[in-house]
Amino acid sequence: MSFLNFSDDRLVPGSRRTFLGQSGLLLSGTAIALLAGRDALAKTGRANTAANDVGILNTALGAELEAIAAYQLGAESGLLQKPVLDLAVTFQGHHKEHADVLAKTIHKLGGKPVEAKAKYQFPTDTLKNQTDVLRFAASLEKGAVSAYLGAVPVFGNRDLAKAAASILGDEAMHWAVLRNALGEAPVPSAFVS
Amino acid sequence: MKSHLAAWAAALALLPMASHAASGDKPADLQRGAAIYERCIACHAFEYDRTGPRHCGLFGRRAGTVPGFQYSAAMRQSNIVWNEKTLDVFLKSPMTAVPGTSMGYAGIADAGEREALIGYLKKEGESGRCRK
Repeated sequence: MSFLNFSDDRLVPGSRRTFLGQSGLLLSGTAIALLAGRDALAKTGRANTAANDVGILNTALGAELEAIAAYQLGAESGLLQKPVLDLAVTFQGHHKEHADVLAKTIHKLGGKPVEAKAKYQFPTDTLKNQTDVLRFAASLEKGAVSAYLGAVPVFGNRDLAKAAASILGDEAMHWAVLRNALGEAPVPSAFVS
Repeated sequence: MKSHLAAWAAALALLPMASHAASGDKPADLQRGAAIYERCIACHAFEYDRTGPRHCGLFGRRAGTVPGFQYSAAMRQSNIVWNEKTLDVFLKSPMTAVPGTSMGYAGIADAGEREALIGYLKKEGESGRCRK
């Protein structure tokens, strides 16, 4: 599922419809719920909760931006062959969508989204072949699953928790597919941690 | 700030003195700690900074002091020095231990898991990759 693929005007009250119209975005119901955070929080006056939520979202955004850079490294390494290369590019696209929605949500909540670093450090000396790259990507995706799992319960806004859980599901699928590509059991256990 | 420090003191006082003395000594504990560390890999590495700061040099380091890393104000002002006890309190519930931390993570509720992770962090911190 993409956050940015269709509109559902029934869920967009006046002010948000205006914003969306100006932005030219077509948002899914989930994305609208995600972006609804500021209004809901303003009504309840939970400024601290909003600040906390912005902090959590910004940490997630930082990790997503790094993941985009990591997949770029993999795609440009010359170590990936099709169809694995296509897979990497597809997953990178998902991370770009996550980052886009996270940044817009942070803006909507009144925060300032972190920007991509000029340079990321990766363990390039350990990446010698396609298997190494796949294993590295799988470890990052598994870590992302854990990070979102740890973030879901601490959001003050339940819409944000739901959106984070949606991203978690996507990361878990990435992890499973990468494990499968490595010849490992795609889903090694009934639970993630 | 005072109440925050008092909460830390109370939490630390409740920890058994020897609870972590042997953590990380057994291969099984280390293996378990390494597996739990995989949860940290979205944001952390030992040798270099990522979304979170590096873990090499963690023990004995004052929180918020890795040069060049952009910490939250809360972490910079926390006055924490990382050791088995402070890590145990922090990892149990980071956002409770240091309100305003950038580490938006619920924490590790299981004391045994925290002990294994802390043992692994300590052991790896003494390994060759952290002595470069």
